[in-house]
Amino acid sequence: MLHTLTLKQALDQIKRKEITASEVWADTQSAIENENKALNIYLTLNEKSAAETAMMSDKPLAGLPIAVKDNYATQGLRTTASSTLLDSFVPTYDATVIAKLKAAGGVISGKTNLDAWAHGSSTETSQYGRTLNPLNPDYLPGGSSGGSAAAVAANLCIAALGTETAGSIRQPAAWCGVVGLKPTYGRFSRSGIVAMASSTDSPGPITKTVEDAAIMFNHLAGHDPYDSTTSTQTVPDLTKSLGQEIKGLKIGVMYLDLPEMTELKKFYEPTLKELERLGAEVELTGSLDPHHAISVYTVIQRAEVSSNLGRYDGVRFGHDRSYFGAEAKRRIMLGTYTLSKGHADQYYHQAQKVRTLFQQDYARLFEKYDILITPTSPGFAKKIGSSEGAAMFGELEDMLIEPSSVTGLPGINVPCFRDPETNLFLGLNIMAPMWREDLVIRVADAYERATTWNTWRKND
Amino acid sequence: MTNTTTNYSLICGLEVHAELKTASKMFCGCKNDPFHAPEPNIYTCPVCLGLPGGLPVANQKAIEWTLKLGLALGCKVNLFSKFDRKHYFYPDLPKGYQISQYDLPFCHDGQLETSFGPVRICRIHLEEDTGKLQHKTVDGQKVTLIDFNRSSVPLIEVVTEPDIISAAQAKEYGKKLRQIMRYLEIADCDMEQGGMRLEANISLTQNQNAVVENDLPSYKVEVKNINSFRFLEQAIEFETQRQALVLLDGQTPAQETRGWDSVHNTTYPQRTKEDAEDYRYFPDPDLPPIRFTESEVERLRVELPELPATLIQRWQTDWGIDPKYTALLIEEKAIAQAFDTLFAAAQKKQIDPNKVANFLANKKITYTLGDSVDTVLAAFGSIADVAALDTTELDPIIEAVLSEFPTETAAYRAGKIPLINFLIGQTMKKLGKKVEVSQVKNRLELKLSRSYHS
Repeated sequence: MLHTLTLKQALDQIKRKEITASEVWADTQSAIENENKALNIYLTLNEKSAAETAMMSDKPLAGLPIAVKDNYATQGLRTTASSTLLDSFVPTYDATVIAKLKAAGGVISGKTNLDAWAHGSSTETSQYGRTLNPLNPDYLPGGSSGGSAAAVAANLCIAALGTETAGSIRQPAAWCGVVGLKPTYGRFSRSGIVAMASSTDSPGPITKTVEDAAIMFNHLAGHDPYDSTTSTQTVPDLTKSLGQEIKGLKIGVMYLDLPEMTELKKFYEPTLKELERLGAEVELTGSLDPHHAISVYTVIQRAEVSSNLGRYDGVRFGHDRSYFGAEAKRRIMLGTYTLSKGHADQYYHQAQKVRTLFQQDYARLFEKYDILITPTSPGFAKKIGSSEGAAMFGELEDMLIEPSSVTGLPGINVPCFRDPETNLFLGLNIMAPMWREDLVIRVADAYERATTWNTWRKND
Repeated sequence: MTNTTTNYSLICGLEVHAELKTASKMFCGCKNDPFHAPEPNIYTCPVCLGLPGGLPVANQKAIEWTLKLGLALGCKVNLFSKFDRKHYFYPDLPKGYQISQYDLPFCHDGQLETSFGPVRICRIHLEEDTGKLQHKTVDGQKVTLIDFNRSSVPLIEVVTEPDIISAAQAKEYGKKLRQIMRYLEIADCDMEQGGMRLEANISLTQNQNAVVENDLPSYKVEVKNINSFRFLEQAIEFETQRQALVLLDGQTPAQETRGWDSVHNTTYPQRTKEDAEDYRYFPDPDLPPIRFTESEVERLRVELPELPATLIQRWQTDWGIDPKYTALLIEEKAIAQAFDTLFAAAQKKQIDPNKVANFLANKKITYTLGDSVDTVLAAFGSIADVAALDTTELDPIIEAVLSEFPTETAAYRAGKIPLINFLIGQTMKKLGKKVEVSQVKNRLELKLSRSYHS
């Protein structure tokens, strides 16, 4: 049962020599053998896991198994971005975050499923089949980092890595009842990550607890000479934000009054009360209509996608453009159109202007509040098949997160309600100003410790 | 055919690409040395191969060098600039786009003087070069291979306004631009290898003041693939003739891109306006915008070396050297610097630097990089003594000899040509110093023929 340990628990027990990382891997491996086929979480397993684990024992992450979304380049380990176009692509180099993970003693357990090219919020656009939600296999895990969120939820790893462009870490974390931290844009290096929308792509950890997210962040964040959009700012030690009080913090609550939230609002009210009980000043606040963010995000993201996927032109990588799935083709066409002569002003440049409006709106809100919170997703996990034939599925699911994604803000998902009938969770999205992941962690950790929604904390 | 062009004036602008010789490539740390690479695809990495996840990081030196060229050409510098993606498909372009600059080039609005008048520089921007296709036969099969050693090598593009009025001016502009880049030591401009590439935008007009009046022709023909100044001249001349014939026929030449065929000395159509590409430019989200302060620009300006135009002036002031000699002597910066030392030494020895320059320019004495100053001045001395003869000194002596020997003079004029030697001898005697015989002979012959005819 060692695979059900949190990262912190496993590290502590290894330190006390009660267990070894190899034992953790052995349990994780048998869990993978039992469950991966049904859930379709891992696309590729790391054959060298056991050997690598043994070599990492004196490093900070002690050789514990970390699941990695299959859009991180991993040296010698196939990287597909869940598209058969890259079916035989084995990178010659590690993404910077992977290099940091290895340097810290993390071992890749395997590469997890995602929506092909990270296009989607369900894993249903994956050309290797959808992943099922481990909490209830009739439901989707969300996406695009659905495989990584499901791997954490199913204890098929100790922690995982995902990437978020607009909700792709937090939304699947919400649907799978786990923690997902989306760092500030530019905090984690994008070098070696199959580019989706370069101006918003943010790698980050998906973990069992907030504490685990803080540990992962500490090892993986920071400036990278290979990515000139990373910040040179000092990386805070997020573990210092654990176990802190939140008394006196001003928290603004967004989007609860949207028509989309009518049914769900009641589930969030106890959360607001809990935050108040912890001493925070909580109030509902108005903001720019998040529906505009859908338009902004759709235009900018499609434009960047059409550019970033241009390299898969059939000249290299073994397969030609016919291997793109329907969703990728739709995005390439839409993006090409919005960047074309005569349309760029109407779409791309206009979207950039509205993006600035969102930035100004957040600047205004953060003058008043230390923290902003929203529901992570406008609903519980959807049933399998829901995304099929729904071209804007992801955008609608991620609507509440997109405004903060296009502005680069950090945010975290923590579980805040569980439906006992379906075993599915709702998530709370906690956001702070740029570079203030410490605040995000402080509030998320305080909330997580004060409530019983976290699956792994319950047993503490 | 030569008459056809007389009614038309040339309107021509040039786009010059040059590879910068930075140690590493434009957007990655790979070695920038495509022409000397021992084998294909050895100076490559995930970034310049366009592998998934590879991200560009801009080469600061290349950006500074671009600014230096701009400052050398009197350009204004954009204190806020950025890189944009230019999309097109070609197998040698691994990312499906080239990182270039669209609406905010590093430099704009400069000028380069030519003997035909100034050529205004519209813009100078920085971009990355592409890989290179190699068409080969492997195992009996015709294949196209790609060498990415050149992929992402820094490439600057210098674009002029349509100020060029003749093929000769285009050539002079190109040579001067190359000279400046070499003086700045930012580019080798090896044209044969493709280190410098020329494109000419050519059209004709009947309005002599078309540029000033902003009355440019309704069409423009772009000629590409020009890799020598001679071809540039030929291409412009060919296009002038071709377009004039079309215009004389009452037609307007098609707006198109043409290639230069150096085998047949013609241009040939490549692409028409109808299939002109839409590059879908947008700011590259992988590269943050670039900002400069005025003081950073000034620091670069201070670092500029002495450039040919200034050198010509200074040599005139410092050494009294005639600009027409200077122009011939400063082709290469290293040699020009050596001449500076030479002229200083000459002046010290009370030798007129302008005479030394004259001899060098006219190849009466030669200089090879590394020659010692003393050797050159000795060579100068050995022939300078005999040649220091002025016609104002020579002519009265010749006149005197001719009147002293009327018989010999008349006989020479009557056809006794060998008598010239006698007259030379007499002149030399009267001069009383060592002079070059040929000079005396030439002058005598001139005098004898003039007097005869008058």
